[in-house]
Amino acid sequence: MAHDSLYAAPPSGADTEREAGRLAGLRTAVGSWDAAIVAALVVAVLLASLLVQNFASGRNVQFLLLDLVPLALPALPMTLIVITGEIDLSVASMVGLCSTLMGQMWLSTGLSLELICVLVVVIGAALGAVNGVFITGFGLPSLAVTIGTLALYRGLSFVVLGDQAVADFPASWTAAAVQNLPGTSIPAAVVPVLLLALVFGVVLHATPAGRALYAMGNNDEAATFAGVSVARTKFWLFVVSGAVCGLVGIFWTLRYASARGDNATGLELTVVTAVLLGGVSIFGGRGGLLGVVAGVLLLGVLRNALQLADVDANALTIVTGTLLIASVVLPNAVADVRARLHRRRQRAHATAA
Amino acid sequence: MNPGAPGADGAPLLALDGVTKSFGAVAALRGVHLALHSGEAHALVGENGAGKSTLVKILAGAHAPDSGRMTLDGRLLELRGPADARAAGIAVIYQEPTLFPDLSVAENIFMGRQPLRGLRRIDTRAMNRDAEQLFQRLGVRIDPSRPARGLSIADQQLVEIAKALSFDARVLIMDEPTAALSGVEVERLFGVARSLCERGAAVLFISHRFDEVFDLCQRITVLRDGAWVSSDSAADLTVDEVVRRMVGRDVSSLYPKQDAPLRDTLLEVRGLSQAGVFSDVSFSVRGGEIVALAGLVGAGRSEVARAVFGVDRYDAGEVRVAGRALPPGSPRKAIAAGMALVPEDRRQQGLVMELSVERNVTLARRRALSRLGMLLGAAERAEARRWTRRLQVKTSRLAAPVATLSGGNQQKVVLAKWLATEPRILIIDEPTRGIDVGTKAEVHRLLSELAGEGLAILMISSELPEVLGMADRVLVMHEGRVVRELPRAEADETSVMFAATGQGATA
Amino acid sequence: MSLTDTGASERVADHPPPGPGRQRRGLTERLLAVRELSLLIALGALILVTTVRNDRFLSAQSIKDLLLGCAILVILAVGQTLVIVTRNVDLSVGSILGLVAFAAGELFLAAPGTPWPVALLLGVALGALCGAVNGGLIAVAKVPALVITLGTLYAFRGVDYYWAAGRQINAADMPRAFLRLGNQTVLGVPVLFLVALFVVAAVGFYLRSYRSGRELYAIGSEPAAARLSGIPVGRRVFAVFVANGALAGLAGVLYAARFGTLDAAAGSGLELQVVAAAVVGGVAIFGGSGSAYGAALGAVLLTTIGSSLAVLRIDPFWQQAVVGALILAAIGLDRLLALRMAARLRGRSAHGA
Repeated sequence: MAHDSLYAAPPSGADTEREAGRLAGLRTAVGSWDAAIVAALVVAVLLASLLVQNFASGRNVQFLLLDLVPLALPALPMTLIVITGEIDLSVASMVGLCSTLMGQMWLSTGLSLELICVLVVVIGAALGAVNGVFITGFGLPSLAVTIGTLALYRGLSFVVLGDQAVADFPASWTAAAVQNLPGTSIPAAVVPVLLLALVFGVVLHATPAGRALYAMGNNDEAATFAGVSVARTKFWLFVVSGAVCGLVGIFWTLRYASARGDNATGLELTVVTAVLLGGVSIFGGRGGLLGVVAGVLLLGVLRNALQLADVDANALTIVTGTLLIASVVLPNAVADVRARLHRRRQRAHATAA
Repeated sequence: MNPGAPGADGAPLLALDGVTKSFGAVAALRGVHLALHSGEAHALVGENGAGKSTLVKILAGAHAPDSGRMTLDGRLLELRGPADARAAGIAVIYQEPTLFPDLSVAENIFMGRQPLRGLRRIDTRAMNRDAEQLFQRLGVRIDPSRPARGLSIADQQLVEIAKALSFDARVLIMDEPTAALSGVEVERLFGVARSLCERGAAVLFISHRFDEVFDLCQRITVLRDGAWVSSDSAADLTVDEVVRRMVGRDVSSLYPKQDAPLRDTLLEVRGLSQAGVFSDVSFSVRGGEIVALAGLVGAGRSEVARAVFGVDRYDAGEVRVAGRALPPGSPRKAIAAGMALVPEDRRQQGLVMELSVERNVTLARRRALSRLGMLLGAAERAEARRWTRRLQVKTSRLAAPVATLSGGNQQKVVLAKWLATEPRILIIDEPTRGIDVGTKAEVHRLLSELAGEGLAILMISSELPEVLGMADRVLVMHEGRVVRELPRAEADETSVMFAATGQGATA
Repeated sequence: MSLTDTGASERVADHPPPGPGRQRRGLTERLLAVRELSLLIALGALILVTTVRNDRFLSAQSIKDLLLGCAILVILAVGQTLVIVTRNVDLSVGSILGLVAFAAGELFLAAPGTPWPVALLLGVALGALCGAVNGGLIAVAKVPALVITLGTLYAFRGVDYYWAAGRQINAADMPRAFLRLGNQTVLGVPVLFLVALFVVAAVGFYLRSYRSGRELYAIGSEPAAARLSGIPVGRRVFAVFVANGALAGLAGVLYAARFGTLDAAAGSGLELQVVAAAVVGGVAIFGGSGSAYGAALGAVLLTTIGSSLAVLRIDPFWQQAVVGALILAAIGLDRLLALRMAARLRGRSAHGA
């Protein structure tokens, strides 16, 4: 009963066809991206173990993993945020502000450290909620808003403690932050990170909410029509991002036994780099948590190895910056080359025929 | 073969010969011929996807053809970009207005060609004056110094026309320019096009409205599946003949709605108002009934649908589903109450292009399909398979991104997505927009079938034959108000158009 | 107050346009003028309040300091305006400034006899080169400029650190004529400020009166439409990044002349102030509107706030927080005004038919 015209339907809107071709190219490029990152990670670990002295030592593994914690934690909510097509550049400043507030509360209130920790996470969530209100309530671009709060929160963290540092946290707490799992050189702090990663992974990949994130990242209008509360979902993502930054603030303060205004400065770059390196598209709608975990590890291993090889910590930003650029330039360049090759093949085919 | 011009005198002003264009593996144009003659209005018709828009883009310099020649005045014409096309005197009015909202209307018209004074500075005063004169020629009054932001679609289209006019174009290409214009404005546009022709320009007119095609054009070129079918004098053609050539076979007439027993009222809208958009809209739809919302583009029909479904908020009034009030502003609650909205712009509002067919079909059902909060692949796949089968969506696999499907199949995915929610009320905006003539009847049969199953259907349509063939009742909107309600027996072309253009007594 | 102004101008615009004989500014231009006027009023109010609290704020010396202090920020904000108008952003300006400043110092160390105009030209060229890297990468990757320039922000800074390797360049290493450039005054006005004024006037004039300048607005307002109207979008955007880089280079050389003491950290974090100045000055972060004059006023306002804080004896640590708060306030206000404007303009779109 079907009309054959329906099935032989010719291309509608040539533009979209080309776009589709490009997307398909990008998709295959990205599909292999996960594998490429994992391969790069393996190569980096092997090379570093062979070439860099002390890289494979238990003590270095402990440091490497401890360094990864404040990178991995904010990368989890950041992955979800970038998949919805937004970005949160204020993560480092939220960590800094949470850290100084923790120090200030410990210094000047008689509250117990347990209570302070809870409060810090709540405050982090509130900071994220401010981002969320500006972005979803007023409909402003997350980029501009979080650049603003990047400056605001960092400024406030200097207002809280000035150029002072609070360092007299109880030794039992600071030791607990860096303690290893019994009998290993793996820090205990890795366990909650893994648990959180599992939770975020399940939410993103196996729940209705996760589906909605991908849908709104690709086309928020279509998502709205399908009954997704786009604004509300994004708001809560920013709140979660803030709360996680609260956790990182606590960890950072205890690990270095120091609450300072400039704690975690520049961390946002590393987090964004890790997420994009993990194959999440900056335009939203594409990417997965597994890739991001690999991206985080790769970045951590590279930085650690270079530091061991006596590269100046400040100059390391060249590596991070370059990786960030490469991770957005490469997929596009690969897709371009593929498309060109395809065209050439086709032309050759046409002349042959 | 030279389809050039039996009957047309002299060499063509602009000619395309054997033009091909492919995108990836898809051939959009296959050896197309077109000859535009000075002083002649030429129509280009074809089904959606026949390659008209690609042809326009090639003439505009936005796409480069893979092979074939283009000549202007008998000389080979190579366009490396839109700037070259402009320089050659080719002006294009696109389907969608392409204005810069932040710039003034005058700047929009003269961008890149602003009148200059000393030191190559822009002469703003001269620019505004020139824009003023263009609007006078068009017989409209738009302040040239106001920003383009906030112009109505019709006004935007008029600015586009003024832009094309300002070129003193030798070739004017109009890609469905009349969709948003009222009858008066269309007449004025045609007046301008005719006067351009009199001065020796060539006009290429693309439209789905055959009355306009025959009104304006002397010659008609038909495209089908990217290939050239015919170019003939309009005087030698009839609408039926043109349609037959477009489709490539005889078309069965529109599928009329079968009578279905009317059931209880399912959707009731009372006094719905949104400031500046629509006001005091009231109607009800019963199970088994198809109610059409007719009117001109911009009358507020789609906006009413969006508000009813909760995509937009409304200022006053209420929506009741089966007697129960529906909370405003939440598509999720509307879906839960058994409502579905197939939106007008399927690509933008109905589909997530990069997601798979399966994910798209189950997107609105994702909560219902999850168990203990987890969404497991099997249930999704089964659901997607069921609906793609029922609607005969043709796809290689369910995991293929929707973007890789053909236009007609994408449309079906949208329908599948909403039917999968098993709605009691189906609101469908322009059900056959962008669908081949051949498939239209199939969609109509489906709607009729659904009404037979007891669904309440609210159909928004700009195509009168569809409204008259399908609807049990017709509500006519004009400038944000429902001005007439016509039962099937009283609805005919005259009565509906009369009300839609704001003439006659308010109901 | 600005709202009543626009209201009045609209009513005027409702009347039939006057004959060609009378000079009359269009509605589009007047909206901008309103923004600049309200900035001036805010600046005046701030100076008034501060002076009432401390009359030394208006002494000749303090005015000179203020003009000197804002010159570099003004140049950077004007450059950033070029970029933001095209719906892009350049976060790497602080790093370009730092790199060029250090390079200027190195030049004088290596070739002490270099005349300062040569240093100036080389600095501008180096800045333009950095801008070309940004522009080139954006053209290749077709991703938001934000991501690329966030990468180069750290990459350029890393290069700077790598090059400096912990060294510092002192005023003693630079020729006196060069340092005089940084502090000299003409009729009591610092040369630096005159340079900034020249840049503002040139860019402002270009943006308003030249076809290619207007095309930048067109690109930012609606990129797809710009492409269809034959505007060479890629080339213009590339040129804009080169120009902004060159201006950042100019600012870098002036920075070296003014401060004399240089290390690799010069200009860190300046990008936030620059974006804030432009946004506060009415350059819409969504592109398509704003002027160089507004951005310059924004820079002056920001600098004045900084010195007012000091005069009013407010903790200087508040400065950065204020920058962040101003960004948020400015984009929020822009959004609000845009919404009101759109609503009003919609109402007026009916024409005599």
